Amino acid sequence: MPITTTKSAYRKGVVDASPFVLVIIPFASLFGLLATEAGLNVFETLTFSIVVIAGAAQFTALQLLGDDVPTAIVLASALAVNLRMAMYSASLTPWIGGAPVWQRALAAYMTVDQSYVAAITQYERDPQMTVPQRMAYFFGTVTPVVPLWYIFTLVGALVGASVPDSWALDFAIPITFLAMIAPMFRTAAHVAAALVAVIVSLIAVDVPYALGLIIAGVAGMITGAQVEAWMERIKPGSTAR
Amino acid sequence: MIDKTSLWIVIIGLGIGSFFLRFVFTGLVGEREMPPWLLRHLRYTAVAILPALVAPQVLWPSGTDGQFDLPRISAAVVTLSVGLVTKNVLAAILSGAATLYGMLYFLG
Repeated sequence: MPITTTKSAYRKGVVDASPFVLVIIPFASLFGLLATEAGLNVFETLTFSIVVIAGAAQFTALQLLGDDVPTAIVLASALAVNLRMAMYSASLTPWIGGAPVWQRALAAYMTVDQSYVAAITQYERDPQMTVPQRMAYFFGTVTPVVPLWYIFTLVGALVGASVPDSWALDFAIPITFLAMIAPMFRTAAHVAAALVAVIVSLIAVDVPYALGLIIAGVAGMITGAQVEAWMERIKPGSTAR
Repeated sequence: MIDKTSLWIVIIGLGIGSFFLRFVFTGLVGEREMPPWLLRHLRYTAVAILPALVAPQVLWPSGTDGQFDLPRISAAVVTLSVGLVTKNVLAAILSGAATLYGMLYFLG
């Protein structure tokens, strides 16, 4: 389905992000359950999901709050988990920086891993898209994700029963991310970036405040850029988008 | 029991902080040109961050308190392989989930 209008861009975004529904529903429900188990009422739990919309950071904050960690440390740790969002923002800027500021602000509020990855993959695959089409695509990718994040947080909070460990819901997010990574290995530079990022993330796993992720991400990005530059030198034009 | 004042400080602080992180470049840089060396690095953001986010979870899953877990490793390998072969996100998610639950069931 080629993108010819903003409407078709929006629709393609919805379609491309629809597989994430399978993951968002259990993940949001789990947050609702754990939050109520930790003593939050339904209003507090739902507000948390609406104000923050960031699964990993919300789980981190909830766990640390439950462990009686000082408030400032809770906040710093959860924000560190979300630092990657600043890198997503930088990466999106060349593509959507020209959109009206209210659209960029709305997109920023709804930037989650799934919408970012779907969008950046589409922008790179079809560089001819106009800025309004790119924004429409982005809002398409959040349509199946964000409302369900709110709704199933609420469902989880209302149901309030605990989920047995045997359901293995902890692994819903790793599986989604792995499925999203696979189509990204377009060049040797992408493969090298991912390999280095994985190795560094495993070495840096005990670095406090979740900063190991940022260190690993930066190491992977430097590797990708270096390999790309090296490939350009031996074979000009080989990495042109 | 979670203290309500701390809770609200965290909800509001995390909301504002997360918005700032998500808006810092798209909002403040906007249409201004970024230097080519920076763009070259930013092209690898997704392909570096996502694997780095997942790798420790695959080897040391939180669901098993960090113990190596054959069903989870197998599910990860199957998801990535199906994704690489088919380039289809949904097919990769479904085959990974089938592997995870199949192995959890058979290994009891």
